[in-house]
Amino acid sequence: MKISIERGALLKAVAQAQSVVERRNTIPILANVLIEAEGDTVQFRATDLDIEVVDRATAKVERAGATTVAAVMLNEIVRKLPDGALVTLSDNAQSGRLTIEAGRSNFSLATLPREDFPVMATSDYATNFAAPAPVLRRLFDKSKFAISTEETRYYLNGVYLHVADGDGGRVLRCVATDGHRLARIDAALPPGAEGMAGVIVPRKTVGELRKLLEDDEATIAVSVSETKIRFATPAITLTSKVIDGTFPDYTRVIPQGNTRRLEVDAAEFARAVDRVATVSSERSRAVKMSLDEDRLILSVNAPDSGAAEEELAVAYGDERLEIGFNAKYLLEIASQVDRENAVFLFNSSGDPTLMREGNDMSAVYVVMPMRV
Amino acid sequence: MPSLCRDCLTTFETGKRCPACRSPRVTAHPELFDLTIAHMDCDAFFASVEKRDNPDLADKPVIVGGGQRGVVSTACYLARIKGVRSAMPMFQALKLCPDAVVVKPRFDAYVEASRAIRAMMDELTPVVQPLSLDEAFMDLSGTERLHGAPPAVMLARLVKRMKDEVGLTGSIGLSHNKFLAKVASDLDKPRGFSVIGRAETTDFLREKPVRLIWGIGPSAQEQLEAAGIRTFADLLRWERRDLHARFGGMGERLWHLARGEDARRVEAHEPVKGLSNETTFHEDTADVDILDGHIWRMAEKVSSRAKARDLAGRVVTLKLKRANHTLISKRQSLRHPTQIADTIYRVARGLFDQVGEAGPYRLLGVGISELTGAAEADREGDLLDPDAGKRAEVERAADAIRARFGKDAIVKGRSLR
Repeated sequence: MKISIERGALLKAVAQAQSVVERRNTIPILANVLIEAEGDTVQFRATDLDIEVVDRATAKVERAGATTVAAVMLNEIVRKLPDGALVTLSDNAQSGRLTIEAGRSNFSLATLPREDFPVMATSDYATNFAAPAPVLRRLFDKSKFAISTEETRYYLNGVYLHVADGDGGRVLRCVATDGHRLARIDAALPPGAEGMAGVIVPRKTVGELRKLLEDDEATIAVSVSETKIRFATPAITLTSKVIDGTFPDYTRVIPQGNTRRLEVDAAEFARAVDRVATVSSERSRAVKMSLDEDRLILSVNAPDSGAAEEELAVAYGDERLEIGFNAKYLLEIASQVDRENAVFLFNSSGDPTLMREGNDMSAVYVVMPMRV
Repeated sequence: MPSLCRDCLTTFETGKRCPACRSPRVTAHPELFDLTIAHMDCDAFFASVEKRDNPDLADKPVIVGGGQRGVVSTACYLARIKGVRSAMPMFQALKLCPDAVVVKPRFDAYVEASRAIRAMMDELTPVVQPLSLDEAFMDLSGTERLHGAPPAVMLARLVKRMKDEVGLTGSIGLSHNKFLAKVASDLDKPRGFSVIGRAETTDFLREKPVRLIWGIGPSAQEQLEAAGIRTFADLLRWERRDLHARFGGMGERLWHLARGEDARRVEAHEPVKGLSNETTFHEDTADVDILDGHIWRMAEKVSSRAKARDLAGRVVTLKLKRANHTLISKRQSLRHPTQIADTIYRVARGLFDQVGEAGPYRLLGVGISELTGAAEADREGDLLDPDAGKRAEVERAADAIRARFGKDAIVKGRSLR
């Protein structure tokens, strides 16, 4: 194999692939990226056995072929090469090395045989649809903060992507929860998605997927089977196993009868929460919300370190209420609001509280209060 | 020289006998009323409790021990004269002392006696560090004004009260640090009261063997002897850095101890790192229902101890011992600390299910660790387990009933499994 490629194009492809590689792993081949050159394309493939990323770039292929080298090291080298450099990669079957040349720099890296590289088996994708990158970006970005890290509840360690009955008909929906907060985000159902089996997309996959969704103009091809999900653009294909488990029935978690309504400027609210929470030294930073006629008092009382209080002008017309929350959870849901005011719907100080943006039912958050 | 009568607690300056009661049990030392760190060690504790509770044994050599392993736990002084020592195999002890009466240990009685003595020590100072049922360090610094008497007098009163009120004797070591206080309490046993002052510290230690140091066992002794160190005088000849180079952290400590220096404080409260309970079954079992019952009972015990101390744990651990004595240990971190038995049980049960082995097992234990105060515990419910809050309320209600009507007033059905 021998190829020549511009440094920028090479870096983009290698960087995306190498981020899948687990930094600590015991199987040497999994630290490597598989480089395959043919026609006028070079592709870089990396995997952790659960996720596989294939990145394609256009290159001048002088000699077709394939080899594998340490992904992180290759990425570091390319990153440190000067911008605009022309990089040549060539493997030497006798020495078992891959030579990287750019200007006066010359590197020689150990390789492992391409036959040892585990290529993910293809799946029988029953559902195929296309969705604009911004739609998928919103679905995952607004839900991923609620993903659980608890290993005993492994079925919560991802985002539940499925088709559901939404406010105005069938929707493509993402739900994530860790038992303390929940996010439910809806988008218009793309053609072809109806009938899709619900899948739990693992946390790491959600993180890797994000890199495919930067381009506002891009359209993402999504393929779903019972065991795998694949996201593809012309340059990148991300294939991931889904979590083998049953996502709990979240619908009964979302309160229907909460009537006490608070409306507040989300950004102002978040800044105030952040300020008062500063004096709390405990790990579970509890913030108390005291609600009265058009007035909200946020307070923290940490006997060991101090106390803080801040008053906000809000819209609230129901009876007085005192309710406590973990400051981190309040900040996280408040930061999801970007266009309108945040609307909180409370029941009692012991019941789950619902939060949404204005009257937009396509993004709904639930958060469990805590005793203060 | 400052002197103290240990019988009538009179203090005086001159004379070998107490001027008030003529008792010869007098402790005299130039620094007697200036020293504040003490070590109290009960005399042949288990054996003394047995003699106290059974006057027939008073004049007989008594050995507490036996049971499964058949070794001497404690021997009274009459048996010790014949050469019987703690941890000696019972057959050997009986060869040395054939007329000894062997008594099975009654730990409940020892714990009760220990508590009574502990309460007396707590009256002397808040800084009591128990080492076991029968010995403790005390720091009496700054208590003289409170008691209107120097520490030495209060310590003499303590052992007198122990004799009068609990019927047990103990020996006191008084010095200026823990190391020397412990050495001192052993100098004049039983019913001893020994003082090691600052002025005499190095002279006192010089010819003593280094095995006097608590923690220097046979293997450390061997290492030291290989370096030509047998006595404290040998130690004093070593440079600090050479000791450190040869023995690491222990060398550093030895250098200080050789000079009678010990900076460790008397720690009133050993910080509790975790709470756990375990049970060894009468017979090994693989029955999931029986094991589940054990998980619940252990969780309940851990929970009630946590509640009693106002503590909660952020980590739940499950311990299982297989029939072949190999151990399985699993842990789960929680997002919020808990002291609720129901929560501890559910997490432990989840860990048990993760083990996925059929058994049989001989032992099961449940514990919590990474402790915090109860105020931080169980403050947040679980969206996916809406009944958890109710179960916690039920548990607290049941706790209240037990507090009022006794611990068996109300129990969960699964604890009967």
